[in-house]
Order: sequence, then C-alpha cells, then structure tokens
Amino acid sequence: MAERIGVYICHCGSNIAGTIDVAEVARWAGENLEDVVVAKDYKFMCSSSGQQMIEEDIKKENLTRVVVAACSPQLHEKTFRWACENAGLNRYLFQMANIREHISWVTSDKLAATRKAKAMVAAAVQRVRWQKPLKPLPVEVNPRTLVVGGGIAGLQATLELADAGFPVILVEREPSIGGHMAQFDKTFPTLDCSACILTPKMSEVGQHENVTLLSYSELEEVSGSVGNFKVKIRKRARYVREDRCTGCGICVEKCPTKVVDDVFEAGLGKRKGIYIPFAQAVPRIPVIDTDNCIWFRRGKCQVCSKVCPTDAIDYDQQDQILEFTVGNIILATGWKMFDARRIPQYGYGRLPNVFTALEFERMCNAAGPTGGRIVLRDGKTEPRSIGIIHCVGSRDVNFNEYCSGICCMAALKFGHLVLEKTNAEVYSFYIDMRTNQKGYEEFYQRLLHEGMKFIRGKVAEVTNADRTEAEQGRLIVQVEDTLLGRQRRIPVDMVILMGALEPQEDAKETARKCGISCSLAGWFTERHPKLDPVATMTEGVFVAGACQGPKDIPAAVAQGAAAAARVAGMISKGTVWIEPIVASIDEAACSGCRICNNLCPFNAIEFLADKNLSRIITALCKGCGTCVAACPAGAITGAHFTNQQILAELEGALWDAQCEGIAGEVQPAELPILPRRQAIPA
Amino acid sequence: MSNDAHFEPRIVGFFCNWCSYRAADLAGTARIKHATSVRIIRAMCSGRIDPMFVLKAFALGADGVMIAGCHPGDCHYLEQNYKTMRRYALLKYTLAELGIEEDRLRLVWASAAEGPQLAQAIDHFVEWVRQLGPLRWSRNWEERQREKAIEQIAHEHAEALEVPV
Repeated sequence: MAERIGVYICHCGSNIAGTIDVAEVARWAGENLEDVVVAKDYKFMCSSSGQQMIEEDIKKENLTRVVVAACSPQLHEKTFRWACENAGLNRYLFQMANIREHISWVTSDKLAATRKAKAMVAAAVQRVRWQKPLKPLPVEVNPRTLVVGGGIAGLQATLELADAGFPVILVEREPSIGGHMAQFDKTFPTLDCSACILTPKMSEVGQHENVTLLSYSELEEVSGSVGNFKVKIRKRARYVREDRCTGCGICVEKCPTKVVDDVFEAGLGKRKGIYIPFAQAVPRIPVIDTDNCIWFRRGKCQVCSKVCPTDAIDYDQQDQILEFTVGNIILATGWKMFDARRIPQYGYGRLPNVFTALEFERMCNAAGPTGGRIVLRDGKTEPRSIGIIHCVGSRDVNFNEYCSGICCMAALKFGHLVLEKTNAEVYSFYIDMRTNQKGYEEFYQRLLHEGMKFIRGKVAEVTNADRTEAEQGRLIVQVEDTLLGRQRRIPVDMVILMGALEPQEDAKETARKCGISCSLAGWFTERHPKLDPVATMTEGVFVAGACQGPKDIPAAVAQGAAAAARVAGMISKGTVWIEPIVASIDEAACSGCRICNNLCPFNAIEFLADKNLSRIITALCKGCGTCVAACPAGAITGAHFTNQQILAELEGALWDAQCEGIAGEVQPAELPILPRRQAIPA
Repeated sequence: MSNDAHFEPRIVGFFCNWCSYRAADLAGTARIKHATSVRIIRAMCSGRIDPMFVLKAFALGADGVMIAGCHPGDCHYLEQNYKTMRRYALLKYTLAELGIEEDRLRLVWASAAEGPQLAQAIDHFVEWVRQLGPLRWSRNWEERQREKAIEQIAHEHAEALEVPV
C-alpha cells in the first residue's frame, strides 16, 4: 500500500518565509515528491491552529506519514509528534526538516536557501516512508537531584526540593555556600541586609536532613541520561577532617600566613593560609590554601595541627572522587565579574582609588575589611566625592554587547549607601538608566531626591593628570555629557566601576560535561527563550540563576524555585518515557563473528556461546548505533535510524544531483518526479 | 582543479545529535552566515555513520561529505567517536583507492557550544571542495569502469596464458 504523506512548510513569521520561498517549496513537494498527498505552507506550524491542521488532515486525508519543515527538531519535534499521536498516528511516523536554523537563519541567498529547503524536505519525505511505529521506553526517575552551585539560585532550588522530601546533593566549588550574595552588604531596592536574608537559608541547607552538602568540590563527569544520571564529583582535599573539625577557628587565628583574599573579599581584604571565607560560612570548616601555606611550601610550621583541639588537621588528605546516581541535574553555577583591567583607560589596577563594584560591596559591608567605612585605598581618608561608572564591559561592542541588567540598580544602591554613610557627593555616569522591575523606578526617584548626581554619557577616561588646581591630587572623570552636549571633567576622589556580569570561566566546560550548549556570550542555553527558560535541550538538565544570563536576586530565586518545581514534577511522575532508539540483532542473520561485542562501551551486547550469536540487552543499550554501522552481515538494526531510513534520507537530500545524474551543473527549471527507491532486501 | 568559479558544491553532512547538530543549530540561532551547501543528516552518534553511507553519498552525486561529531573525550556515548576516527582513516584510504580525492571527506569535531567554529569549518570545507571541483563520480565511474574491465580481462588473459600447462 502506498503511503499517504502530508508535508507542511512553516513560515515561522518571516523567520523562514523571509528567506525561503515557502509556497514554492510546498507546491514543489506536492507535485514532485511521490506519495505526497497534502503539501501546505502555514504561518506558524507550532501554533495550536497549525497543529490542528495536521490533526485534521491526518483524519480527513488518511495520512500515514507526516513531515514538517520548520525549526530544529530539538525545539518542536515533540510538539508535532504529539499532534500526530493526538490524531491516532504513531509519533515515530513523523519527520522534521530543519529549514530555519540550518537554512533561513544562516543565509540571505533566497535562491540557494529555497533549493536547499527542497532538498531537506525531499530527504524527510524519502526517510519518513521507511519509518516504523515505535513505542517509547519507560525509565524510572531516581528521586535524588544534583544541584551544581551554592549561590542563591542553587540554594533556593535545593531547599525547595529538600523541603518537598526529595534527597539533594549540593556541590559548591568554594569552601562555603552562599555565592556572590554572601559578599553583598545591602540588596536593592528594599535595602535589607543581604546576610540577614541569606544566612538563614545557608544554615537551613547545611542542616537539612535531605541535603548532602559537598563544598570545596567540583563536578567532574556526567554520564547516563534523564532519570538515571551517573555523576562523579571531585571532593578537593581541605586538609581538615570534616568529621573531627568543630569549626572553633583556633587554627585560623594562630596561622602566621596572611594573603590577599581575591575571592570572597574581592582582593580588598586579607585572609590566613588556613581560612574560613567568612564568619557565617556553611559548612564552618576551614581549608588550607596549599599555595601559601608554609608547611606545604617549605615543610615547616604545622602550627594549625599543633593548636587544633580535635586533631582535625590532616596534611596527607587527598582529593576524593565520589560517585552518585541522580535523576535530574540543576545547574546554578552563577557568574563572574568582568576584569576591569581590560579597559585600561579607566585605570583599574593603575590608579589606586579606582575600585570594582565587588570591592565596594565588601567595603560597605560591616563585616568587610574596612568594617563598613567608605575610605580610599589608604584605609583612612574619607572621599569628598565619588564617581560611579556604569556599563563597564557591558553594552560595549568591544567586550560584551548585552546589558548586565543589575548594575544600574547596584549603582543606585551604592549611591544611597555613600549618601547615608558619608558627606561625599555621588556622580553616576550612565548611558541609560534601566530600572524596570518592581520597586526599582521608585528607588531611582528616591535617589534623585536624595541628591545623587546623574550625568548621561559614556566615560572616556579616568585620569590623574590634572589641569587645574581644583583637579590636583584627584581623579578626573572625562565624559561627554550628552544631555548638555559638551565635554566635562569631573574631579572625584574615588571611582567605582560597575563591571559586567560574565559567564563563569569554565561555563563551556560545564556545558560540555552536561551535554548542553552555551550562547555566543557563554551563558547556558535554555530550551526555549520565552516558554521554557528553565529546561535545556538535554532532558533532565535544568538551569537556574545567572548561569543562564545576567539576573538580579529575585529573578535568580524565582528560576531556582522553577527548576526545582520542574524536577519535583519529574520525580512525582515517577517514570519518564525515553526514545526507543535502541539496536536489535536479527538472530537469523547473525554469524556470531563478535565484531560488535567490543564496540559497545555500555556492555550492552552479550555473546550467547551456545547459540553462537550476539544479543543486545535493550535496558543497557543507549542507541548510538556504532554496532549497527559495524556489523558485516547487516544483522543489527538501529531503531528509527535504520540503514534504509538513512539511505533514503541521503537520496532525498541529493535529489537535484540524482535528477541530473551529474553534480554541479545548472539546474533545469523543472525536474522529473523523484523515483521511489526500492526496499533493501533483508 | 575546477575552472568554474560559480561551481556550488553539493555536500552531505552526517552530524551527531548531541554536539555537532546542536552546534549547527546554534550557528543558526546566532545568525552566523555561512555556506548552505552542506545538507545535514542527523544520526544519534558519529559512530552510526556506516562507511557505506559515505560511499553512497558520493555515488549519488555528492561532491563532498562532512562527518561531524563530539570532541574526542566528549562523546555522548563515551567513546564512540574514537571508532568514527578509526573508520575515517580507513575510509580515506579506500576513497583514494577508488580514485576519489580523499580531501572530499572531512571529519570535524564541534561541541554544542561551538556554533561559530562549526560555521567556519563548513565554509572552509565548502571552499576546499569548490577548489577540487565537481566529482561526477557516477559518470566517471561508468566510463572508467568499462576501460578498467577491459584492462582487467586482458590482464587475466595474459596471466592465464603464462601458466605452465
């Protein structure tokens, strides 16, 4: 019986239709491809009316196969499979041609795009003919979840899941959880103290019976798939035994080594060679910094070991690799601050009184290196005026094109703190003031009334080269005031650079481990930018917080909770259905050569010595298809990726070459009907 | 080398589902303009690419074939791309034996985050194949096959004659 194939070409608004002549592709498919009984183009195939159209056609036209040419199958294959299933057609009798990501978005050559679109549609039509109805396989979801990153987003996700009664493993790279929020003094726009709202959450996580907290640890490796991931965690050696340490802190007090703390104090303060990053750290267990510890460098000292009342110091401790199985993974790996040295004209690192935003956060913090006093680098002089420079490394084609989103509000917060704590004047040098969340604009108005001075313009330079007496010994901010339309030189004593939020240095590495992708800037890519900002293209891997893009605290918390809700949903469902893409061996054709046996890294192929043939253990097979490609007898079939299907797709993809018989020659306007290929004899 | 500057090669891409196909998607999402000559066929893993598919692609009129997979060590299926690598080396050898420039086949690694790099690799390969010119294997093969078959028969005949009775 001939198949009845329905072909649908999506316009995707102008995303596809702007480059590809969709009507022509639909017409061509209907007239030239065999067995195509319906060929339509439509504005948005993924819309409910688009889906409805497919469902109706399946019923009315008795379609036995469906092809949709639209975006990447990673995005909407599921959608259309459901539409087919709704109309009673097995979901694996559907095929998608990617004409958006692979064609219309990468070229402006309409002719070439339309031609390639035809090839991809022909490929899908040729392939779909050979597709077979399949049934998805059930996988039980392991209720344990891995959360990577103990900042506010990760903490929120951890608590939501742990409170719901599910076990969570929380991995944090630093010695303590808390993330960037632990460094802050106040939070905008309500000015509640950051530590006061964060530390209860931290200790709750530290003490929660459902949470396994692995601080000073890193994600090493991820394998497996949704419901059943195997993860390896490197638990770095602290050189302090966690089972013995009481967190009394005597070792820290007595340690003779002092080094600049680049991480928690952002380089503004110092810490010891053995240290607890901050007073409310969770867990409250110190770590030895082996780069600076006298014992590790010169084999002398051991003061910490001598003073420890519980004998917890262990200089021989080694990194441990811990293995867990988890059902889902939430990545909340956060952000890093733009290195202000990359813009030399702003003088950071050269002019002592130029500070980064993180340094200033620590300076304002009552628990910080200056005890909350706003002073110049000398540690005593109060500034008479302060300049805050916005968009340092953001909204700048030379560094990051995106807006970091939070810096305007952070700058306003700094302005408020300065006006509150000192008699200094505060200047804000902004490009545009972006205060678009609840209560933010009101906060901006408040600062206008409090007397913060706003100058609209991108700062050209911060310099100490004075021209007048008033500028002597001060920092001069050279800026074009775009509201006045002239250049200004504003002398200040201190400059704060509102650096961009950037992806973590190793974000790409983490993405690779988890099989997800990053945007060009390096932020983790969500499944859908609008409708699914929490899931990723890899089932069972979710993202939360600033690792997905710059975010303020409320947004990070919301996303952390959302990711947890998604995971909780998966766990309470209990079973996920995975694609039945597995290999199987035709016993009659298997010669027992055992070539396939060694190819499988999952040991999914067993050899039956008594029958002299190999068999695939379906539960272990992951469906890569390497054995299928290797079998000399062609006895192995890879479901949904059979030789027949791939070869048919190949023929379709090269339809134009076949019609001419020769590649690379000028195309005739109309080409003969593509012949239907013969079945490969088994 | 081709003299035809307007020759637009037809290239088949076999891309793995996890890294390289997503890299191609990312190149699209990021609107990185590149050549449209590569017609991408998705497989779950580059290890699925049967050498037969590559030969078939050439036979059906492809001027080049690009296989793309995850970086070594990054395979979604642990190590199957190493098997691709081995097959690739053998396949290149076979292609040369069959009289096809081995450069018409290229293996590239692209992680899901490497959209721009993949776009560049595609452009580079397309340019490379453009330099090589059209393959026209099926036609050439038919022509040459006849000559070769005649040669072969003559050779065998001569050998048979030399066999001492």
